[in-house]
Amino acid sequence: MTSAPGAPSDAPLRTSVPPWRNVRVRRVAAQGVFVLAVLVAALWLWNNLTSAMARTNLTFSLNFLRTTAGFEIAESPIPFRAVDSYGQAFIAGLANTIVVSIVGIVLATILGVLVGIARLSRNWLVSRLSAGFVEVMRNTPLLVQLVLLYAVLRQLPPVAGSISLPGSIYLNQRGLFIPSPEAEATLGPWLGLVVGAVALAFVLRRIAVRREDAGLDPRRLGLVGLAGLIVIPLAGWIVLGAPISFDPPVLERFNFRGGTSFSPEFTALLAGLVIYTAAFIGEVVRGGIQAVRRGQVEAAQALGLTERQTLRLVVFPQALRVIVPPLTSQYLNLAKNSSLAIAIGFPDLFAVSRTMANQTGQPVSVIVLVMATYLTISLATSLLMNLYNRRVQVLER
Amino acid sequence: MGDQEPAPGTAMAGDEIIVCRDVHKWFGQHHVLRGIDLTVRTGEVVVIFGPSGSGKSTFIRTINRLEEHQRGQIIVDGIELSDDLRNIAAIRSEIGMVFQSFNLFPHLTALQNVTLAPIKVRHWARDRAEHEAMELLTRVGIPEQAHKYPAQLSGGQQQRVALARALAMQPKIMLFDEPTSALDPEMISEVLDVMRELAQSGMTMLCVTHEMGFARAVCSRMAFFDQGQIVELGPPWQIFDAPKHERTKRFLSQILH
Ligand SMILES: Nc1ncnc2c1ncn2[C@@H]1O[C@H](COP(=O)(O)OP(=O)(O)O)[C@@H](O)[C@H]1O
Ligand SMILES: [Mg+2]
Repeated sequence: MTSAPGAPSDAPLRTSVPPWRNVRVRRVAAQGVFVLAVLVAALWLWNNLTSAMARTNLTFSLNFLRTTAGFEIAESPIPFRAVDSYGQAFIAGLANTIVVSIVGIVLATILGVLVGIARLSRNWLVSRLSAGFVEVMRNTPLLVQLVLLYAVLRQLPPVAGSISLPGSIYLNQRGLFIPSPEAEATLGPWLGLVVGAVALAFVLRRIAVRREDAGLDPRRLGLVGLAGLIVIPLAGWIVLGAPISFDPPVLERFNFRGGTSFSPEFTALLAGLVIYTAAFIGEVVRGGIQAVRRGQVEAAQALGLTERQTLRLVVFPQALRVIVPPLTSQYLNLAKNSSLAIAIGFPDLFAVSRTMANQTGQPVSVIVLVMATYLTISLATSLLMNLYNRRVQVLER
Repeated sequence: MGDQEPAPGTAMAGDEIIVCRDVHKWFGQHHVLRGIDLTVRTGEVVVIFGPSGSGKSTFIRTINRLEEHQRGQIIVDGIELSDDLRNIAAIRSEIGMVFQSFNLFPHLTALQNVTLAPIKVRHWARDRAEHEAMELLTRVGIPEQAHKYPAQLSGGQQQRVALARALAMQPKIMLFDEPTSALDPEMISEVLDVMRELAQSGMTMLCVTHEMGFARAVCSRMAFFDQGQIVELGPPWQIFDAPKHERTKRFLSQILH
């Protein structure tokens, strides 16, 4: 055995390293120091807050939630009167926030996907229009858009001069009035038929998939299922009589009777959130589709897949993985941005809480409660989206 | 067209299966293909080579209509390439293509990559498609990788899956666009071996490559492309040992030394 001069063979191969130079030790130490720093900062903040609150005779307590609110809430899916408690007021505001967020997310997704696909259209006019929409909406503040929308809705004619749209829809400065659907006696049996048709389509689809596995063209069966989905409910509608009737809004002396109405505040907030968020979602969708490499489409085409098969089997599954994570943050943004409702007088969670804070003299308690509520909404949204994301992101590597 | 034009889909060994007449292609103002004439017979292996940007990729991509040509005629297996969607679909399912960058579908396993088109385009039973796919994966030497995703495979393995994917459609013609130029040197031969075996089985092949050893051993004719034209076309012994054109000579001396 020969050994290089100066490196005797019996020397330990790994010389011991002082702890401050050991990568592993340093990593653990850094974690420890960071946790300690966070704890100290949190403790310091908490001390400051409680001592400041004590000095100004503020205490953290939620007892006020049981006392009578004494103020009105203009609208809510949950009925609320001034004699109800602060707790009920909070729930009424929360219900408004949740309704506007869920409806907003659904509509913004639909509009956003359309905008994103339109932007990639080969039709010059369509893609330019979409690009223009995105740029204007993305580059102006949402608050300004909301105030503008609301001002426009308030500028509409008074009730007597309502703008009348086809289908007994009216628009005036008191809001949007549409016919309200009313259940008829035949609704139950008719819904039974619809469920039956859906079940049939589902079964046919399963058979179609199996037939495809067996090497038969599955398209005809799919078409039969689709036709059933349309024909059966339609036939039921005709044979049984209408399962739903529409109660149109009727103009009386000062206001509409019957129908369903949406206040200008709700309409402006929903429309504003949807349009603004759709612009961002459109960009997310466009980015996702463009992130799929050109070679993927070429490979699919070279194999003889049709354009639709290429999109469905090759492009969308890959685009979805890119789209879902930023889509989640757009959903969170929409829910949080709904707190701008306060600027146009819509009684959402935050607007109601502001009134509560002023009246009870417990601003810190109320704001902590509001923060915790938004945090819960956001975490629930994230959780759902992460579950979906996990399904989309399947293995790959 | 004369009477000697074969009826669609009945090509026999030695028949003309690809006929290109005066094919021109522009990208905007850029005249990329300037009158390509080339006839390929069933079972022939034609190697296309030439400097970068000379239009080699563009040319073989016009044959399965990944690019449209603007003038001239391309007839594949008796079907003329036009704007008729049905013709395009028919021709694409007859032609397999292997790309420089593999282009495997990353969200599908190797096996799923191979079975996708037979199931969706040919409407084969899944059992049959999977059975044939496994045979192909065995033929290209990687049956044990069937359930891995492309990202888990080496470049050479990915390109062999891509070859199996193209062969699964039982094409009459295979197009190759520099199938080995994205590979590490030690993986080139594993792909070339499969291609050589494929050529020996009688497949009609149009192959853009600068693997001159492969060309000399396997192909029947070589086409030297320069500036959108076929400058020289001939059997490999002529191209290598007695090139007629100065440009061919110069290009070969550049890549062989
Ligand atoms: N999609 C395209 N758009 C515009 N120009 C292109 C496109 N594809 C190729 N070209 C141009 O056409 C010429 C030939 O390209 P290509 O066929 O890829 O050459 P090769 O494969 O021989 O290197 C090049 O000048 C290239 O820049
Ligand atoms: Mg090329």
